[in-house]
Amino acid sequence: MKILVMAEHNGTTVESQTLAAIAAGVQIGSVEVLVAGHACSAVAERIAGLEGVERVWLADAPAFASQLAENVAALALELMPRFDAFVAPATSRGKAVAPRVAAILDVMQISDIVAVDGPRVFKRPIYAGNAIQTVESEEPKLVLTVRTSAFRPLGERAHVCEIVPVATVHELGLSELIGSDVVKSDRPELASAKIIVSGGRALRDAETFSRTLAPLADRLGAAIGASRAAVDAGYISNEYQVGQTGKIVAPEIYLAVGISGAIQHLAGMKESRVIIAINSDADAPIFQVADYGLVGDLFEAIPEILKQLAA
Amino acid sequence: MLEIVVQSRIVVLVKQVLDANVRPRVRPDGSGVDLAHLKLSMNPFDEIALEAAIRLKEQGAAQEVVALTVGRGKAQDTLRAALAMGADRSILVESEFELEPLAIAKTVRSVLADIEPVLVIAGKQAIDDDCHQTGQMLAALLGWGQALCASRIALSPDQVEVDCEVDNGRETLRLPLPAVVTTDLRLNTPRSISLPNLMKAKSKPLDIVASSTLGIDVRPRLKIVEVREPPVRSAGVRVHSAAEIAQVLKDLEAA
Repeated sequence: MKILVMAEHNGTTVESQTLAAIAAGVQIGSVEVLVAGHACSAVAERIAGLEGVERVWLADAPAFASQLAENVAALALELMPRFDAFVAPATSRGKAVAPRVAAILDVMQISDIVAVDGPRVFKRPIYAGNAIQTVESEEPKLVLTVRTSAFRPLGERAHVCEIVPVATVHELGLSELIGSDVVKSDRPELASAKIIVSGGRALRDAETFSRTLAPLADRLGAAIGASRAAVDAGYISNEYQVGQTGKIVAPEIYLAVGISGAIQHLAGMKESRVIIAINSDADAPIFQVADYGLVGDLFEAIPEILKQLAA
Repeated sequence: MLEIVVQSRIVVLVKQVLDANVRPRVRPDGSGVDLAHLKLSMNPFDEIALEAAIRLKEQGAAQEVVALTVGRGKAQDTLRAALAMGADRSILVESEFELEPLAIAKTVRSVLADIEPVLVIAGKQAIDDDCHQTGQMLAALLGWGQALCASRIALSPDQVEVDCEVDNGRETLRLPLPAVVTTDLRLNTPRSISLPNLMKAKSKPLDIVASSTLGIDVRPRLKIVEVREPPVRSAGVRVHSAAEIAQVLKDLEAA
């Protein structure tokens, strides 16, 4: 089966979600990757050196600078006669593009796959992960989005594959990007971080949240996350939200600080390898999924952990 | 007599789902999630979509709000709720099948031909199947632009400006009309339904169209092999001091 994977990138760097989508694609068939953007040849070159990639299609034009879903979907559709499947990471962009591709191909998409059981059989969570559905597609072409935390990214290799330029420009004029407010941080990206220090409502206010968690995150080289309650209370902006309505993460270590563990939060982090929870309420549901739980005052525990880590 | 010309109409797509506060139970035979005798409600993201449309009407940016659903007969309850919230009229396209997003998008496209809305607003996803597809599919089938996961919608006579929540922040899109917008949690807090409005809703139009009359093949394309409970994560150990947590972190870092 020939697979076209949509690359998620910011014009200069390849987002880790792309690597996970490629890893999922490799389990289904032979993978080629579509890079759409403007002045993004560095991205194509990096992807050409990744394990499992057999060809890179590079559509480099001003029309693709904002990677608008309407234009990228039209571009993907131009290439799809050569492919049996379109695979996108379940990122904001991937989730915007894939259903447009599926609708025009007249096939049903399978969203957010977490496992490949066969070339046409996939597992995906429904009801916010409260149930796992196994779905089989007999559609003439597959369209899939991939929950990237469920697939381990492949590495680099010694040789590079060919990069084929795509000359056609799709400028549909159906939408226009007029502004963006993107969070910049020196910390690892939440979606791909190995360690996440996540805070809940018990952190009191924005200043306390940051003052308490940032030193620990810095010491551990961790990303910072938050529960929906903490986001709603204004402690931190929504980009940091972990949960059913925020980001789905699966780091090596998830440290939940003052998070009670509402179902919607657990849905976003329960696939983490090791979960450590600190909460003053011994009955908090977070302890039901935690590998290590400490019942206690986080404002005493966090400084003590920092002190011990420094020792 | 003055003829009132409706210039600007918004269609809101709503779906009836298992109430967000009810814990889903997987049937032991693996055939699906049990919905029998459980509370069904409007998909919470669709409630936000409806609230957004009603506010646009209240601001004078739109003149009519139409709630549209595709589903089984009992989805009428959800349309009544939509009318009570403030939709002017509603349409149920009744189908015996459990419809997939592609079938819903095709059905909606067919119904929209008569309504000619300037804007279609829908929740970003339904909390049952979590597909996150219908709005985008509809936009593609119609050849319209899309703005997803809206946290702000500004509608003017010839365009809509939308703040979209994306993975690493926010993007502002401007789209010519008509267009499809899907909604995220931060857009608004839906109003609650008052008893008088609930009574009033009984006299508002609720049209029922049989899916079979539209000539669209809505049979499921995907085969559900099985539905199972997720693997249970067992609780680990309770530690008794911050020092123990620090030791665990050190050991994990060293591993």
